Amino acid sequence: MGGDHKKQLMLEARGLHVQYGDYVVLDSVSFDLEEGQWLMIVGPNGAGKSTIVNAVSGGAPCTGEVLCLGRNIRSFKPHELARHIGVLAQKNAVGYSFTVREVIRLGRYAYSKGVFGGGDPGCEAAIDEALRLTGLTELENKSVLQLSGGELQRVFLAQLFSQDPKIMILDEPMNHLDLVYQKQLLGLVSDWLKTPGRAVISVMHDLSLAKAFGTQVLLLQHGRVVADGPAGEVLTREHLSQVYGMDVHEWMNELLSQWS
Amino acid sequence: MNRSTQSSKTAEGGAKHSSLFSRQNTREGSAPWVFLIYAAVTALVILLCVCVGSVTVPPGQTLRILFGRASESVSFYSIIRVVRLPRVLCVALTGASLSLCGAAMQGLLKNPLADGSTLGVSSGASLGAVLSIALGLTFPALPFAGTMVMAILFAFLSLVVIMSLAYKFDNSLSTNTIILIGIIFSMFANAILSLIITFAHDKLRTITFWTMGSLAGSSYGNALVLAVVLFIGSIIIISRARELNAFAIGEDNARNIGVNVKAVRISILITVAALIGVCVSIGGTIAFVGLVAPHIIRFITGPNHKRLLPAAVFGGAVFLMFADLVARTLLRPLELPLGVVTSLVGAVLFVIIFYRSRRKG
Repeated sequence: MGGDHKKQLMLEARGLHVQYGDYVVLDSVSFDLEEGQWLMIVGPNGAGKSTIVNAVSGGAPCTGEVLCLGRNIRSFKPHELARHIGVLAQKNAVGYSFTVREVIRLGRYAYSKGVFGGGDPGCEAAIDEALRLTGLTELENKSVLQLSGGELQRVFLAQLFSQDPKIMILDEPMNHLDLVYQKQLLGLVSDWLKTPGRAVISVMHDLSLAKAFGTQVLLLQHGRVVADGPAGEVLTREHLSQVYGMDVHEWMNELLSQWS
Repeated sequence: MNRSTQSSKTAEGGAKHSSLFSRQNTREGSAPWVFLIYAAVTALVILLCVCVGSVTVPPGQTLRILFGRASESVSFYSIIRVVRLPRVLCVALTGASLSLCGAAMQGLLKNPLADGSTLGVSSGASLGAVLSIALGLTFPALPFAGTMVMAILFAFLSLVVIMSLAYKFDNSLSTNTIILIGIIFSMFANAILSLIITFAHDKLRTITFWTMGSLAGSSYGNALVLAVVLFIGSIIIISRARELNAFAIGEDNARNIGVNVKAVRISILITVAALIGVCVSIGGTIAFVGLVAPHIIRFITGPNHKRLLPAAVFGGAVFLMFADLVARTLLRPLELPLGVVTSLVGAVLFVIIFYRSRRKG
C-alpha cells in the first residue's frame, strides 16, 4: 500500500442527504478520508454529526453514496463491511453477564462464517492481542456487569481491535468517560492508526481534543459542511465564531488560563 | 472446535504465552459429557413422572412396561403406556420448545422478561387456533393441520404487530415498552378468544384450556409432531447462537460486528412462531415456561447462547414435567390446569427479575 508519497483514499462520501419529513438532517455532505488520517467531525448539537456516522456505517438510510476503497458500501455484505468499517458506539449497555472475553470474541464474528463459529484460526490470538492492547488481560473472565463505564468502553474498543477494520468510527466515545479514560482511549486509537492502511473518523464534542488528535476536521452546522480540511485550517477563529455564535477562541483561552 | 473448557491464565504470560494456550479458550459451547448429564437427568425425570400419579407404579415395574415386556398387571400397563407416557412426553417436548423460544427471544430482544406469554404471542396463537376451529377453517393441502397452521400464522402475526408497535412507541425497544405492549395485546387477544368461545362453545374446548393450558389426554401423535418441530426449531435457533449473543449485547453492536440483523431476526421470529404455534394448538397457553426455565438455566451456564440454548431445551423439559407432576398430584384426584402451576411460579419470578433489572439501571 501507499508509502510516504501516495496515500490511499480510504473512504469517499458523496452528497449524503438525510431528511425526516421536512426536516433536513444532512444536506449534501461530502468528504474524503485518506490512509493515516484522523477525521474529526465537529459542530454544535443537532448539526448532524452522529447521523453521518450512521450513514457511513450503513446503520441509517440516506441518499448519496459512500465508497469504501472505491466500492459502494451498499454492495458489501454485512460481514464484509464489518471487516472494513468498525464502529465504537456512544454508549454500550450490556444486560446479561457476558465475560469480557465473550464480548471481545464477537468482534471476530465477521471472520468465521461457519455456522458454529469455526474457520477463524486467528481468532484467539486476535482476542489476546486486543486484551493486551487495552490492558484488560486480567479482567478477561470478569462479567461485564461488574465493570465501570470506562472499563466497559475499553472492552468495546478491544472488540473493535479484534474486529480489525480498516476504518474505525468513534461516535462521541468520550461522552461518559472521565479524563483519565479519555486520554487512555485517544492514546490507544492514535497507536492503532500508526499501522499503514488505516484511518479513523470520530465525532467529537471537545474542540481541544479534536484539534490535538485530529489531522482533518469536518465542521458542520445545520447539516451542512461549513469547512473541511486540515485541522489547523478548519478550526479557525472565524469558522468557530460563525458556527457557535460566540468567540470560541477567547473562551478556550480563558478556560485554559485557569490552570496557569 | 476444542477440547477444554478451562480458560488459560494468560494474565501473567501476556501475549507471548497466549498463542500457546489460546486454543484452550476457544470452546464456548458445552463439552459432550455435559450433554450426557442433561440427557440422563431428563430421562430420570421422565421415569419419575411416569411412575408417580394417581396410582404410583414402582420404578422397576414401570421400566419393564416401558421396554416392552407384557406386564403382570394389565391396568398398570395401560396407565403407563396409554395414559402417562404420551402425556409426559408431550409435557417434556412442550417445555423444551417453550423454554428454547423464551431463551431465543430474551437474547434477540435483549430483554430478560421476554416469553411467549409475556409478549402475547401465545394468546395470539390461541386466537388463531380457536378461530380455525370455530370457523371450520382447513387448508386444502393440510386437512389435519388447519388449527396448527392458523396458530403458527397468528403467532407470527402477533410477533410482527407487537414488535412494530414497540418500535413505533420507543425505538430503543426498552424492556418496559415491549412487555407492556405484549400484555395489552395479550388481553386484547384473550377478549376476542372469550367472545368466540362464548358463541361457539359446542365446538370448542373451555376458555381455561386456551388460557391456562393442559396436556391431559395428549397422544403419541401429538408427541411426534412436537418432536419433529422441536428438532428442526432447535437446529435453526442453536445455529444462530453467536448472532443471539450479539443481539443480547445490543442490536447496534450486532450490526457493527457484521451480523445480518434483519435476516437473523426474521429467521428467529419465524422459528419461534412455529414452535409456539404448535405448542399452543396441542396444549393451550402454558404461561411463563419460557421465562422461568431459561432464567434458572442461565445461573448454571451463564448468558452465552452456545451453552444456554441447548441447556434450556433440557431445562424446559424438566421444569414443565415437574410442574405437570404437581398439577396432577397436588390436589388428587382433582387436576389443576398446567398453566396454573407455571403461572404461580412465573409471576413471582417475573416480579423478581423486573425488580432486579430496574435496580441495575
